[in-house]
Amino acid sequence: MRRRALSQPDQRRAVVRDAVGIGVAVGAYGLSFGAAAVTAGLSTLQACALSLLVFTGASQFALVGVLGAGGSVLAAVASALLLGSRNTLYAVRLSALLPVRGVRRVAAAQLTIDESTGMATAAPRGLELTAFWATGASVYVLWNLATLLGAVGAARLGDPAVLGLDAAVPAAFLALLAPQVRARRTLGVAVAGALVALAAVPLFPPGVPVLLAGLVVLPLLVRP
Amino acid sequence: MIWAAVLLASAGCFLLKIAGWSVPAAWLERDRLQRAAVLLPVPLLAALVVVQTFAGDQRLVVDARAAGLAVGAVLVVLRAPFLLVVVAAAVTAAALRALA
Repeated sequence: MRRRALSQPDQRRAVVRDAVGIGVAVGAYGLSFGAAAVTAGLSTLQACALSLLVFTGASQFALVGVLGAGGSVLAAVASALLLGSRNTLYAVRLSALLPVRGVRRVAAAQLTIDESTGMATAAPRGLELTAFWATGASVYVLWNLATLLGAVGAARLGDPAVLGLDAAVPAAFLALLAPQVRARRTLGVAVAGALVALAAVPLFPPGVPVLLAGLVVLPLLVRP
Repeated sequence: MIWAAVLLASAGCFLLKIAGWSVPAAWLERDRLQRAAVLLPVPLLAALVVVQTFAGDQRLVVDARAAGLAVGAVLVVLRAPFLLVVVAAAVTAAALRALA
């Protein structure tokens, strides 16, 4: 994002405009999350609580996916936490970049996700804070509104299997995965994870195969 | 039970975020740990794709979900918008079931 030609107020407006645009795009995920959660057997209130409190998309999809497949609470929560662990690394980067102190850190922590981190780190110098708060706030508001709409919509539509919503959930995961596997090495890790999970399905209770797939990154910790 | 999962995941995911804002950066800046953590979502998401498509009652099955995913995959390769991918997968599976 190079905006050196623009003046500071123009740059600020451009950052805020981008932040709103990202919020609208993320709303699409929110709609399908709300629908997926209700399909998995959660109430509308539970779906909305997840978006308000967990507020990290892949973790939320994983939690309802595992619960919907009959997995245990432990397996569902563990999948969600593993997928949420990258937010810790984002937060480390952001805390070095943004002067946020005191109680505001609590709000900043809750808004620490892929999109707000991406926007803050790509922002023109001096606008990192604006980019972070604007993106975080815009995604938070639209993600939660969309979750409510998706959940209410799916609850009214009736038998989800007849409608095919159970096929929408893996497609959603694939769409989340796609931008991360453009490199050949990452593609290999994805295929390995999928194979481990498939092999584990007949052997372990629901939810556990997904956790086992996470083990394929272990060699990276050992090998230089 | 579902509420327990909702609240545990909420608390855990928030702790993961606030931890990163609180710990000294040097703790997490070890190269290998970074690489492993950044890569972790890849096998997990890939596993979720195949498990949500092919798992049925602790065995592997191929049903209308697989057809839905195949259509979704083509659209992902074509870089279609997220909502189109998801809706096309659902409509494909629903149509197949209506025909069967």
